[in-house]
Amino acid sequence: MSLHQLTAHDLLDVFKSRQATPKEAYDAVLERIKAVDPKVKAYVRLAQHKPEFKGEFQIPIAIKDILCIKGEETTCASRILKGFISPYDSGVTQRVKKSGGTILGIVNMDEFAFGSSCETSCYGPTYNPWDLKCVPGGSSGGSAASVAADEAMWALGSDTGGSIRQPASFCGIVGLKPTYGRVSRYGLIAFASSLDQIGPLTKDVRDCALLMNIISGYDDRDSTSVNEPVPDYTKALVNDVRGLKIGIPKEAFVDGLDAQVRRSVEEALDLLKKLGAIVKEVSLPHTPYAVATYYIVATAEASSNLARFDGVRYGLRALPSRIRKNALVDMYEETRSKGFGDEAKRRIMLGTYALSSGYYDAYYLRGQKVRTLIKNDLDEVFKDCDVIMTPTSPTVAFKVGEKISDPISMYLSDIYTIPANLAGIPAISIPCGFSKSGLPIGLQLMGKAFDEEMLLRVSYTYEQNTQWHTMKPKI
Amino acid sequence: MAHYETENMSDFETVIGLEVHLQLNTKTKIFCSCANQYGCAPNTNVCPVCLGLPGTLPVLNQQALLYGIKAGLALNAEISPFIKFDRKNYYYPDLPKGYQISQYDFPVAKKGYLNIKSGGLEKRIGITRAHLEEDAGKLVHDNSGSFSLADFNRTGTPLIEIVTEPDLRSPQEAYDYLNTLKLTLQYLGISDCDMEKGSLRCDANVSIRPRGQTSLGTKTELKNMNSFRAVKMALEYEVRRHEQVILAGEKIVQETLLWDDEKAQTRTMRSKEQAHDYRYFPDPDLVPFTIDYKTIDGVRAELPELPQAKFARFMSQYGLSEYDANILVSDSGMADFFEASLKEYPQAKKIANWLSGPVLMELNNRKTAIGGLKITPAGLVELIAKVEEGVISNLAGKEVLTFMLDEGKSAEEIIKEKSLAQVSDDSALLVIIDEVIVQNPAVVEQIKSGKPNGIGFLVGQAMKRSGGRANPKKLNELITRRITGA
Amino acid sequence: MSITKEDVKYIAALARIDVPEDKLEGFTKTLVDIVHYVEQLQKLNVDNVKPTSHAVPVGNVLRPDVIKPSFTNQEALAIAVEAKDGSFKVPLVIE
Repeated sequence: MSLHQLTAHDLLDVFKSRQATPKEAYDAVLERIKAVDPKVKAYVRLAQHKPEFKGEFQIPIAIKDILCIKGEETTCASRILKGFISPYDSGVTQRVKKSGGTILGIVNMDEFAFGSSCETSCYGPTYNPWDLKCVPGGSSGGSAASVAADEAMWALGSDTGGSIRQPASFCGIVGLKPTYGRVSRYGLIAFASSLDQIGPLTKDVRDCALLMNIISGYDDRDSTSVNEPVPDYTKALVNDVRGLKIGIPKEAFVDGLDAQVRRSVEEALDLLKKLGAIVKEVSLPHTPYAVATYYIVATAEASSNLARFDGVRYGLRALPSRIRKNALVDMYEETRSKGFGDEAKRRIMLGTYALSSGYYDAYYLRGQKVRTLIKNDLDEVFKDCDVIMTPTSPTVAFKVGEKISDPISMYLSDIYTIPANLAGIPAISIPCGFSKSGLPIGLQLMGKAFDEEMLLRVSYTYEQNTQWHTMKPKI
Repeated sequence: MAHYETENMSDFETVIGLEVHLQLNTKTKIFCSCANQYGCAPNTNVCPVCLGLPGTLPVLNQQALLYGIKAGLALNAEISPFIKFDRKNYYYPDLPKGYQISQYDFPVAKKGYLNIKSGGLEKRIGITRAHLEEDAGKLVHDNSGSFSLADFNRTGTPLIEIVTEPDLRSPQEAYDYLNTLKLTLQYLGISDCDMEKGSLRCDANVSIRPRGQTSLGTKTELKNMNSFRAVKMALEYEVRRHEQVILAGEKIVQETLLWDDEKAQTRTMRSKEQAHDYRYFPDPDLVPFTIDYKTIDGVRAELPELPQAKFARFMSQYGLSEYDANILVSDSGMADFFEASLKEYPQAKKIANWLSGPVLMELNNRKTAIGGLKITPAGLVELIAKVEEGVISNLAGKEVLTFMLDEGKSAEEIIKEKSLAQVSDDSALLVIIDEVIVQNPAVVEQIKSGKPNGIGFLVGQAMKRSGGRANPKKLNELITRRITGA
Repeated sequence: MSITKEDVKYIAALARIDVPEDKLEGFTKTLVDIVHYVEQLQKLNVDNVKPTSHAVPVGNVLRPDVIKPSFTNQEALAIAVEAKDGSFKVPLVIE
C-alpha cells in the first residue's frame, strides 16, 4: 500500500518503525491531491503555512472551510468572505496544531453549511470519488471526499443537521457528530449555534477515536462547552456487543427509503444480532416533524448569525453603480446580495420570517417546543437502549444537479440525522454496504449524551466483522 | 374632534418615562476580556469577539452580573431567580454582529422603585426593570468626505438599562429623578455616571393627556440629550409642543425625535428607519443563569449605606441642617471624608461648615471630587483646629486651605512658610490699635458716647493695617477695653 | 398563513438583501413551498411544553473580570475592507 492509502493509526506505526517520516507522508498526500483532486475537487486551497513537523500525531489533515485558522483564508465557501484571512485560531485547530497535526489544506463545503450535496459552494461542487457524476453529500462534502479519495488521512467537518454523517455515508467512510458541547465551537463559523458541532471524518473507527481524543475538551471561550473530562476514546474500541440493546425506531422505515439502503441496514442489524446484541423495536413518534422543526430553528439562528456579514469590517464590500436608497443601506444590500448564494438567501429569509413580529410564536417558539418533544422521545427510548440505529440517509449519493432545484427534496435527505442535533446527542455513520451501482451505504448509530464510547464500541465491533472500511474507490 | 375651549394649560397632565443606560466600570467588557477603558486610541481595545469576527463567542463577565444584582437591590427591585440573554437584531455599522446581546423577557431586576424629592415633596418612582446588555461602538461622521469612521473600543462595554414606569409628572421631576438615580448608583461604585464621558445616557418618553384621563396619550421618544439640564429643557419643549398640537385639533405622531441643543428644539430623525422589528430570540451562544438566595444575600451584605439613608442619619445623628446634610451626601467620598474627620474632631457642625463652604468651593474651582484633592481628613481637622485655636483667622484659614491643596502640605507647614500666623500677641496688637485710635478720633468719640458700632469699623481698620493677620476677636476685646475701659 | 411577494420584499429588506424583480417570483414560490411544509408543526399540541433553547443543561457560565491582551490597532485593521485614521471606514451614516 502507498503511504497516502494508510489509515492514521497505521501511519503512526509507520512513523514509529521509521519506515517513513511525517514529512514524507505529508508530501505523499500532497502528491495524491495533485493527482486526483482535479477530478474530485475536494480542496479549495492548500495551506499557506507549512507545518512545523513536530508533535505526537503528525497526521496529514484536511480542514473544512468553516473553521478559522490563523493566517489562512477562511471563507465558508462564500463570496462574502473571499479574502478574509483569519487573525485567530479556532479551539480545535489549536488542538490539532498542538498535537502535531500537519494541515494539508482547506476543503470544500456547501456555502455556510447550507446544503446536503456540496453544490452550493461558490467554488463549484465537489464530486463523489466513488462516482464522479454524483455528489459527495454535504455540507462537509470536501472533508468526506478528501478522506475517501486518500487525499487526506482524516478531516474535520461540522454537523448541524447531518453535515458530517450524511457525506460520510455517501463516501463510504466514518463520520461522527459529538455530543453538543463536547468539542469547542470557538472559531467555528456559526450556522445554527444550538445545533452545530465539529467532528471527525475518518477512514475507520480507530482513527475516529484518535481524532476525537485530540479535538475534544473544555474551552472557556465557549459558554456552551461542557467541562466533562475526556476519556481515552481508543479504550472503547472493544470487539464485543453481547447484551447491548439496539433500538430500531419503527418510524425509520419511511416512504422514500431506498430499498437497497433498507436491505443493507437490515443485514447489518442481523450481523449485530448474531454477535450478541439485542434488538428492540422502539418508537420516536415526533421524528416525522424533525425536518420541519430544524428548518425553522436552524434557519432562524442562521439568519441572525449571518447578519455580521455586512461589508463593514471584513470580507466582501460591494456598492451599486448608483444610489438606490442611501449609501449605507445600499452597501449592505449590494454586499449581501452579491455575496450570498441563492440557498443562503433563502435560508436567511426563512429564518428572518420565522423570527419576525407576529410570527415568532407560531414558528420559532413552536419549533423550540417541538424540539423538546423530539428530545423527550429519544430520552425515553434511551432509558432502555444503549444505541438507536437507522440508515444515515434515505438514499445513496444522488447525481450532481438532481435535487438542487427542489429544496424540500434536498432537505429530506437529512431526515435521519436531524434528531441527534435537535437533542444534542452524539451520532456516528459507518459504511455498511454498497448499492448495485457501486455507491456506498451508511448506517447511523445514535447514543446518549457523552456516550461516544458506546457508539465507538458498537461501530468497531461491526467494522471488525466486515470489510467495507477496507474498500477504496478507483479514481 | 374635541376642541378645547379653554386655553388653560393645566388641563393637561404630563406623563414621562425615562430609560437610562449606564456603563458599568468593570475591568473588562461584558462578553470578552478586552479592557473596559474610556479615551483610548481608536480600535486598540478590541479582539475577535468584540469585533464580531466569524466564529467568535460571548462569555459573560461575572462582575457585570454582580453589578447588575447590586443595582437591582439598590433600586428595591426583585432580582430574578432565572435570567437569560436575548439577541436584538438590527443593522448599524457600530454593531459588529448585526445584533446586540441584551435581555428581553427575563431581565436581572424588575418591579423596583426610587424615592425622590421634587418640589419639596417625597415621591416614589416605579422602576419597571433593569437589565444588562452590551454597548455598541462609536461612529464619527465626516460630511464633506462622505464617509463615517467606526471605532469599536466601546463595543462590548457592559451596560445596565434602567427603565421607569411612566410615573414622572413634570420635566423637573425627571431632572430630580436623574440626579437621585445618579447619586444612588455612584454610591454603589458600579459606574462613573458621567454624561459628558457618555457613561450615563438618557432617553425620554413623553406624552400628555387631559387631567382625569387614565389612558395614556400618544408618546414621542426623545434622544440625544447630553446633560440632565438638556433632558429637562427637551421635555419642557416637547410638552409645550404636544399641547400646541392637541389644542390645534391635531394628533401627535408617535416617533423618535432628536434634541438639538443649539437650536433648543426637537427634530425628526432624518433616517426613515423608525419602526424596528428586532426579532428578539434567546441567544443560543449564552446559557441561562440561576441566581440563588446565597448570591443575592452576599451582594446585599456588601451594599453601602445609600444616600437617602445616609441623609436621614446625618440629620438625626449629627443634628445637621438639611442643606448641610444634602451637600455632604451629594458625593459618597464627601460623606466618608466627613465621618472620617469627625473621628478626629467630633464637631459635626464645624466640619460640615468647612466642607460645604471653602472645600466645596475648591472642588468646584478645581473641577474634581474630594478624592482628587491633596488633603486628608486629618489634614482638614488640623486646619480647623488652627482656626479654632486662633492661630490664624477664619479668612486666613481659607487661604491656607488653597495653599494646602496646591502644594500638598500640612496646615502647620503652610502657616509657617507663608507667615500667615495670626497676630494675637496683646502688645503687638496694641501698637496697631493705638495708631488706629489716633487716626480716627471722631469714631472714638462716638464709641465713648455710648454707640459701640464704631468698634467694628476700628477692628476693620486695624485688620487692614495688620495685613489681615490680626486676630479680630482679640482686636475687638482690646479696642473695646482701650476706649471704654470695659 | 402564506407568504406574498410583498412579504418577501419586506423580509428581504429586514435582512438587507436586495431581491431584484425578476427573481422575486422564484423566491416567493420556494418560500411558499417551504413555509407550507413547516406548517405541519401547527398540528401538534404544544400546550405545557417548555421550549428547548439549549440541548445540554449547562448554566451559569461566567468569566473572571481579568484583562487579557487585545489586538494592536494594526492587527485589528489587517482585516479591514477600508481603513482611515486607525478606524474602519464606511459610507456616510445619516442619523
